[in-house]
Amino acid sequence: MEQLLYFLFEHREMVFIIILSIFLGVEVISHVPTILHTPLMSGANAIHGVVIIGAIIVMGQAEPDNYAALVLGFLAVVLGTLNVVGGFVVTDRMLEMFKKKKGKQA
Amino acid sequence: MAAMQEIWVWLSYVAASVTFIVGLKMLSHPETARRGNLIAAAGMTLAILVTLFLYRSPDGQLLGNRGWIFAGIAVGTAIGWVAAKRVKMTAMPQMVSLFNGMGGACAAVISLMEYPHHDFAPGSWNLAAVIIAGLLIGGTSFSGSMIAFGKLNGNIGDRRFSGQVMLNLIMLVLVLALGAYLTFQQSPNMPLLLLLTAMTLLYGVLFVMPIGGADMPVVISLLNSFTGVAAACGGFIYNNQVMLTGGILVGSAGTILTILMCRAMNRSLLNVLVGHFGSSSPSAGAAGEHGAVKEISVSDAAVLLSYSRKVMVVPGYGLAVAQAQHTIHELEKLLEEKGVEVSYAIHPVAGRMPGHMNVLLAEADVPYNKLLEMEQANNEFGTADAVIVVGANDVVNPAAKTDASSPIYGMPILDVSLAKNVIVMKRSMSAGYAGIENALFYDPKTRMLFGDAKSTLQKLIAEVAAN
Repeated sequence: MEQLLYFLFEHREMVFIIILSIFLGVEVISHVPTILHTPLMSGANAIHGVVIIGAIIVMGQAEPDNYAALVLGFLAVVLGTLNVVGGFVVTDRMLEMFKKKKGKQA
Repeated sequence: MAAMQEIWVWLSYVAASVTFIVGLKMLSHPETARRGNLIAAAGMTLAILVTLFLYRSPDGQLLGNRGWIFAGIAVGTAIGWVAAKRVKMTAMPQMVSLFNGMGGACAAVISLMEYPHHDFAPGSWNLAAVIIAGLLIGGTSFSGSMIAFGKLNGNIGDRRFSGQVMLNLIMLVLVLALGAYLTFQQSPNMPLLLLLTAMTLLYGVLFVMPIGGADMPVVISLLNSFTGVAAACGGFIYNNQVMLTGGILVGSAGTILTILMCRAMNRSLLNVLVGHFGSSSPSAGAAGEHGAVKEISVSDAAVLLSYSRKVMVVPGYGLAVAQAQHTIHELEKLLEEKGVEVSYAIHPVAGRMPGHMNVLLAEADVPYNKLLEMEQANNEFGTADAVIVVGANDVVNPAAKTDASSPIYGMPILDVSLAKNVIVMKRSMSAGYAGIENALFYDPKTRMLFGDAKSTLQKLIAEVAAN
């Protein structure tokens, strides 16, 4: 218990960010119209691609002669990039549809 | 110099976090959605570049292996870009699931690599717990997303057997127990870690397997928030604020979105996850009582539509599969030229995902103001002379209102039988995605127009033009 509290205190800023982000996430989403559910999910999907940062760090810290780590790290970077690039491009393609028609109305 | 670089990294992470928040906020309004997505993408790019060039590990080293990293990013970008550009609009939901799975896998691999590196002192089990959590959540998200992808793509059917809920529960307990055991180890145990990884992947498969294909959007949204949490675990491991903000933001927003989706179908999340949608088919027996369906010919349908004052279209996934969204728009324009008022009634879960149908119709240039949401549409059906149901089934099934034993009971539906005439365009009499009979087809007002949505619509257009 003491260890846990110490751990949390050691990461107090992180804990703060987590709690505030939870509320922020709820707040930001709660008034979204149904038609945007799919693009929004897709956009959120792209944002958790931020995990790529972790992949870059783990890859960048791997020993250059540890091939298992290099291969795994390479894999992680590819996977993370797929998530980011694919996520944002797919979302943009969905939203492009809405945009086009709006231009016509104007 | 090094300190200055650290400040730049920190500033960029703050900026990126802000773009994620602003981006998500803008994504929830139709006018700003596209820009919001681009803003978040710009923030992500900034965070990636800064990490690549300026990030220093706690011991003050810049990152190495840049060649490998660049190669990985290049490969990922090329594949992701091409896949995302090439995918058909109808296949968007499974594409989202696929990319979500990639993110989950990425988080799991990070945990796999970090596990042997963390300090195995008695007091550091907390960090080990975060690493293991990243592995469990990311791994489940990966294999679950792959199954969801397969289901939406039609490669994988629904598999259930009795005791499956029990098996899943046992599996979950085993995974958690092994994870906890590994957390408290004083030295790295790679064979057990690999076993845990395998069990986690298996759990993800078992978790999604019994859930009906029609519920996949909810599952994807849930797994989406899982991946967010897995990414946040990575943020905790590296003390990295931007990963933490991005991950938790998606985790909580994704959870709310999942709940909103369930609410649109008037069901609870628990019901979706273990409710065995469509597994019982009590209405199949009742189908015999309905009698025969009535067919209508293309020319009769054309006359009916041409001389209506108000026509409402209920598009469903069948329309999307037949790629008929452009054809229906042509029919709509033709009817409007003849002075018929045409609008579209969009069920919240029409297509394969909430909002999917709106995207498809928007692709075909259907004006935004012609798309009616469910409540609005249900108020207007009473004044419509004809309703055309194109490739939709479950969302117009009256069993959702009348038959308490039906698996879709309680789901709000489009009440098309309020209109004077109903034309149902359908390939065959087969049941809908939820696998249940539809009494609407036997309604005295209903007439069936069998055939492929696209070719039938084209014939209909020719007939209407001739009228």
